[in-house]
Amino acid sequence: PHALVFLEHNQGVIDPGSLSALTAATQLGGKATGLIVGDSEQVNSVLEKAKRIDGLSLLIHAASPQYKHTIPETVSPLLESLLKDSPFTHVVSAHSAFAKSLLPRVAARVDSPLVSDVTSLEHDASSNSTTFTRPIYAGNAIATVKAPSSVNVKFFTVRTTAFKAAGEGSSEAELSQVDPIEVDSPTEHVKTELAKSDRPDLASASRVISGGRALKNAEIFQKTLDPLADLLGAAVGASRAAVDAGYADNSLQVGQTGKVVAPELYMALGISGAIQHLAGMKDSKLIVAVNKDPEAPIFQVADVGLVADLFEAVPEIIEKMKKQ
Amino acid sequence: MRPTSARLLNVLVPVKRCVDYAVKIRVNPDQKGIDLSVKHSMNPFDEIAVEEAVRLRGKLKDAVKSIKVLTVGPPKAAETLRTALAMGADSGIHVELPETAPSPEPLSIAKLIKASIEKQKEPIDLVIMGKQAIDDDAGQTGQMLAGLLGWSQATFASKVEVDETNKVALVTREIDGGLQEVRCKLPLVVTTDLRLNEPRYASLPNIMKAKKKPIEKFQPSDLGVDVTPILETIKITEPPKRIGGTKVESVDELVAKLKAAGITAV
Repeated sequence: PHALVFLEHNQGVIDPGSLSALTAATQLGGKATGLIVGDSEQVNSVLEKAKRIDGLSLLIHAASPQYKHTIPETVSPLLESLLKDSPFTHVVSAHSAFAKSLLPRVAARVDSPLVSDVTSLEHDASSNSTTFTRPIYAGNAIATVKAPSSVNVKFFTVRTTAFKAAGEGSSEAELSQVDPIEVDSPTEHVKTELAKSDRPDLASASRVISGGRALKNAEIFQKTLDPLADLLGAAVGASRAAVDAGYADNSLQVGQTGKVVAPELYMALGISGAIQHLAGMKDSKLIVAVNKDPEAPIFQVADVGLVADLFEAVPEIIEKMKKQ
Repeated sequence: MRPTSARLLNVLVPVKRCVDYAVKIRVNPDQKGIDLSVKHSMNPFDEIAVEEAVRLRGKLKDAVKSIKVLTVGPPKAAETLRTALAMGADSGIHVELPETAPSPEPLSIAKLIKASIEKQKEPIDLVIMGKQAIDDDAGQTGQMLAGLLGWSQATFASKVEVDETNKVALVTREIDGGLQEVRCKLPLVVTTDLRLNEPRYASLPNIMKAKKKPIEKFQPSDLGVDVTPILETIKITEPPKRIGGTKVESVDELVAKLKAAGITAV
């Protein structure tokens, strides 16, 4: 097998998610080639670092002002041309916002199915088939699917929390510059605004403090959760009930239809634990729950459950953690 | 001045009937699937898509000439079309599959939608659909459709403004860590994210009216699409059980457990 791995980067740094995708690609048991696109400044700033990533034998790069802002309509033609009469057996990326916009578009154009959000994989070279596991129903079931040999180029995106990020290797990948494919894109970039919060991004944070309907209103939600989140360097999340009630912004919703998170620590405060909420957080490493109701379903998944009034418990937790 | 007919928009909203989001999923002991004899409803992201199409008409009035909803699924999927019609869509297209047929893959669905679009007497300008279905969680169909058609695409939309005169749309997208705004020429495929809107509940009179709205039926073969899955599903299993249920008696104990897990203040 020979995998083409789409490597995303930001300000001269390869995205950790792409490094996880590379690890998944090397698990196929063959070669891995990286692909980097951007404008020439972006590509130059990341190339030196990228060629030293462990597991990469070749690094293809293409630079064009068109690739400065990642728009699937402009990047797709390049991938399509790279796949024409190519040695690549797999196309791999992180399950990131950009890659999941790009890869299905490319896959459809080369008439190939795609396996999304895989958590493990195994390639059988003798039958040229690859078997993947992936969560379905928001992780409430796990599907094992096989891409048979009839699929010439097997596309998949990778759940990055399931694979370790590739580190720096001892050798350097060979560099190969390819010409960009300039297209008259029907879509143009207007602006990108990345949240300038001091808090980590909810989806990738290693610690999450979430609040539910017990928080009463938006002001109390913020006043209660923020100090604890600040203390732990955590992102803030919310249950659907809290979002529906207007206590927290939609973007903070953790659950089946919101964000699916798997941090080191998930603290559920005043969250009862509806099925659709559990679907969004039950892969967290350590789940801590504080709830007044001893029968709340959240306690069934919590590693550390405290039956208490959160308005008394949370300030006390803050106070005692500060003393340590 | 009345808008000329060339400027009128035709909108298509593909929808999917899924196991309701509040149902507890049970994996069948034969590991071939999950228990489907439970409450189903429209995929929540598709409800947002229908709502957006109806709101677009609210804003642009007569400039939105038609809102069609389309589904691919067994006979019962017609109920989902009726729900969308009750929310305000004008007519439906049902690509009917046998009750026991396996779920087609996103690529097949995209091909069916493309073929349906090409069958329309008037060109479709805008497809609005959910960013993913909450059953297979694939999140591919919209992008695949845009790729097959060679159209612009705007995934994970949280705001859509259509300029029908110039046939462009300004779309705000939810990306990792923030928002991105893109300007897309129509025709366009938009996929919806949670923040786009809050779907309405259909009123009883509208539910009654929806019963009379027309639904066209097709077989996949009428559209020239083979829907046989290419990927082979080996098994469906339960996720590893989480062993929780440990309670502590006090905040002191809770803080001690956090400390033992290496979690301290930053």
